[in-house]
Amino acid sequence: MKSTILHIASHHLMPLLLAVSLFYLFRGHNYPGGGFISGLIGTAGLVFYSLAHGIDDFFKLLRIDPLSLTGLGLLIILAAGLLPVLTGEPFMTGKWLSPSLPVLGKVHIGTPLLFDIGVYITVIGVNLKIILTLSEE
Amino acid sequence: MIINSVFILFIIAPLIPGLVRINRRMSRWVVPLLPLSVFLLFIFHLADIQQGKPGFQTINWIPSLGIQLSFYIDGLGLLFALIISGVGFLVFVYSSGYMKDHPYLGRFYFYMLGFMASMLGIVLSDNLFGLFVFWELTSISSYLLIGFEHEQEKSRWAALQALLITGIGGLAMMAGFILLSQITGTTGIQAITEQSELVRNHSAYIPVLLLILLGAFTKSAQVPFHFWLPGAMVAPTPVSTFLHSATMVKAGIYLLARFSPVMDGTGLWHGILVIVGGITTVSGAVLAWPQRDLKRLLAYSTVSALGALTMLLGLGTPTAVKAAALYLLIHALYKSGLFMSAGILDHKTGTRNITQLRGLRKRLPFTTIGAGLAALSMAGVPPFLGYYGKELMYDTGMVWRGWVWAVIIALVVANAINIVVAILCGFKPFWGRSPKDKQITHRTPVSMWFGPVAAGIVGLWMGLAPIPGIKFIFEPAVNIIKSMKSEIALELFHGFTPILQLSLFTLALGGFLAILTRYRNHVTFFNKLKMTFPSFVFKKTLFGLIDVANVITKHIQNGLLRSYVHIIFLAAFVLIGFRLFSFEIYVPKLFHDVRLHEWALAVLMVVAAVASVLTRYRLAAVFFLGVVGYGVALVYIFFGAPDLAITQVLVETLIIILFSLIIYHLPRFQTFSPPHSRWRDFALALVGGGVMTMLILKALALQFHPSISDYFIQNSLKRGHGRNVVNVILTNFRALNTFGEVIVLSVAAIGVFALLKYTIKDRRTDV
Repeated sequence: MKSTILHIASHHLMPLLLAVSLFYLFRGHNYPGGGFISGLIGTAGLVFYSLAHGIDDFFKLLRIDPLSLTGLGLLIILAAGLLPVLTGEPFMTGKWLSPSLPVLGKVHIGTPLLFDIGVYITVIGVNLKIILTLSEE
Repeated sequence: MIINSVFILFIIAPLIPGLVRINRRMSRWVVPLLPLSVFLLFIFHLADIQQGKPGFQTINWIPSLGIQLSFYIDGLGLLFALIISGVGFLVFVYSSGYMKDHPYLGRFYFYMLGFMASMLGIVLSDNLFGLFVFWELTSISSYLLIGFEHEQEKSRWAALQALLITGIGGLAMMAGFILLSQITGTTGIQAITEQSELVRNHSAYIPVLLLILLGAFTKSAQVPFHFWLPGAMVAPTPVSTFLHSATMVKAGIYLLARFSPVMDGTGLWHGILVIVGGITTVSGAVLAWPQRDLKRLLAYSTVSALGALTMLLGLGTPTAVKAAALYLLIHALYKSGLFMSAGILDHKTGTRNITQLRGLRKRLPFTTIGAGLAALSMAGVPPFLGYYGKELMYDTGMVWRGWVWAVIIALVVANAINIVVAILCGFKPFWGRSPKDKQITHRTPVSMWFGPVAAGIVGLWMGLAPIPGIKFIFEPAVNIIKSMKSEIALELFHGFTPILQLSLFTLALGGFLAILTRYRNHVTFFNKLKMTFPSFVFKKTLFGLIDVANVITKHIQNGLLRSYVHIIFLAAFVLIGFRLFSFEIYVPKLFHDVRLHEWALAVLMVVAAVASVLTRYRLAAVFFLGVVGYGVALVYIFFGAPDLAITQVLVETLIIILFSLIIYHLPRFQTFSPPHSRWRDFALALVGGGVMTMLILKALALQFHPSISDYFIQNSLKRGHGRNVVNVILTNFRALNTFGEVIVLSVAAIGVFALLKYTIKDRRTDV
């Protein structure tokens, strides 16, 4: 089922959706959003592309097994949890840096953000794996 | 130091396979030195113990449960420790010859040393649970050693059987220990012994007693659990010598002896021990008689000896306990000697069938000596140590009348048949006409005959000069078991007493039975009897259990997804519902300030839900479900939960994408299931919906603790640096929770993948 409209649309929509998902990911700490939601948005974009172009083309673009993405995400989460352990604090303690950046002003970067990135990647990996496995059949 | 030796053995044992790989020849020399050095350590300790200076050492292990690795060495522990390390030394020397060319020599040493360390742990532990751990370790090492020739199915079965029987007993024993520690409020054995009055008068005394006895009886192969022991004879002979005659099977006896001061003195204790021990000693002997396999013969006579020990401890008079202490060592010496010589015969001739073995004295001169000495001690011929054992045994310290006669008769029968066994194992293979064919060409190495000869000489020497043994070994042990000072007097000849008459009668009866054995008529008689009933029951029970498990599995896990869903939902609803309605039912003020648009949404969702069930078109059904889903998202928005609403919308969207992927593969959309199952599903759905609604209402109404929401809201920005409370909770306050959920998601993805891939593959192979 190849549709030209879908084809062209997905070309432009996928990057857009991924960008939106990243936007939701990074604003998540202060506004509605976060790793899970942005992961779902990202999945939607990627799946949209795969529907339009077919699985094979999609994998050519993705180049990585979704399960590996899942694993990567879990490792990032684990790293976020273990970082505070290095300084002798309990597992999963939130650690923060508050540098002042030129454009953005004072920002807070911390392990919860890393954690959320991990969730984001895991959710994308999980959803892609399930959906792609289903669609392969 | 003595106690550290246990740990040192545990540390060294795993290193032995490496040593064997590096230098096999050297390892065969070095390894037996370990038990020898432990043995010498204990020997140097004899004087301290005799003067009443027990050793004590404690290491905290699990302090929160009061479990310590505390060790304590007294006369009783020392008697066992000497047997374990002494016989251990002989067996290790013997193994170095017997297992010389075995490919798994290193592994063998490892298991054996591990066993020896755990066995020492049992007899030196002062903590109930430390004892239990070592007890189980001996079961496990016994399992590994019985199944050492694991390529043979027979070995594996025998190993499993032994493990299950002793394992069941071990668990019972642990339950008994837990009760005991609750009664006394301590886990230390010494401390429990001091509170023996409390234990004996406690209402839980009977269960404690029965549970601990179950542990002791399974380990020490008492009828009806005896059958694992002859089965265990498939193990290499050094294992049979060490574990299944000299030490491990005595662990049960040790337990009885150790808990005698705590629990004896009641009719129940005496009754059970005397009856079970009596039955065991007689049936072990009777079952031994028709055996033709050397090792099985010895195994059944071991069962008989263990029965006699149990019975003597059950009688509980100082004399009977002395007899038990003496017999423990006597048996360890002669039985290990006979086992080792049986192993040599097997090794050299390739058979253990006594009907085929004769006239080997010239080919195996040292083995002949060792086996002969052991057999004489076993038969109770003066002046061997075995003679004194039998004298004390018959004495029992009781007047021979009433039921004591039954005990005496049981002992005479068992001893007489043991004389037959002694003759069959110790003399028959070596004497008589020499066989014509030259089966044996090479000499027996020293390492192999050293064990039996040494054991035999010790048995003779301790009989000739009994004083040091009594003073340093037996008296301290008996004092512990009876918790009082007592002295043992042994005389070779003390007049023509009834006891001596009985000893002579036993010898005569044994000789008569041995002659009878030449006419092997009774063999067929016993074969017909097939007294393997307990092992039959065990097998049936075990396989029956597996069958029941299969039937249950077949019904619960029948491979139909719908029945899994039924079972899971039904179970959840029944349990939750039961809990819910056992509280008072909460009737909320349902409709107090519902706004108009909320009403509209609710009506819309209900209509859509009903429509999705009733529609005849698949796409319509999906559409209506979508309406319900987006409706839920709207509810979230109405009540101010934007994060949840976004998630809900996205999930609904993905579901639709998923659905569009599989819609082509689905069968035609029509009613497949019969009406009754549809009604059943309907009922289940209604119940489910009802229970969930009630649960949510209930959750709203209950407030066990002050809500934590306020804390989160107040601290979100301050401590989590985020204004989105939901997100701060997910990534910071409750991050571990999220981590778990994400892992569950990943596992689900792997599950879906595996499920679909396998079905695809199956289908392809079908085509």
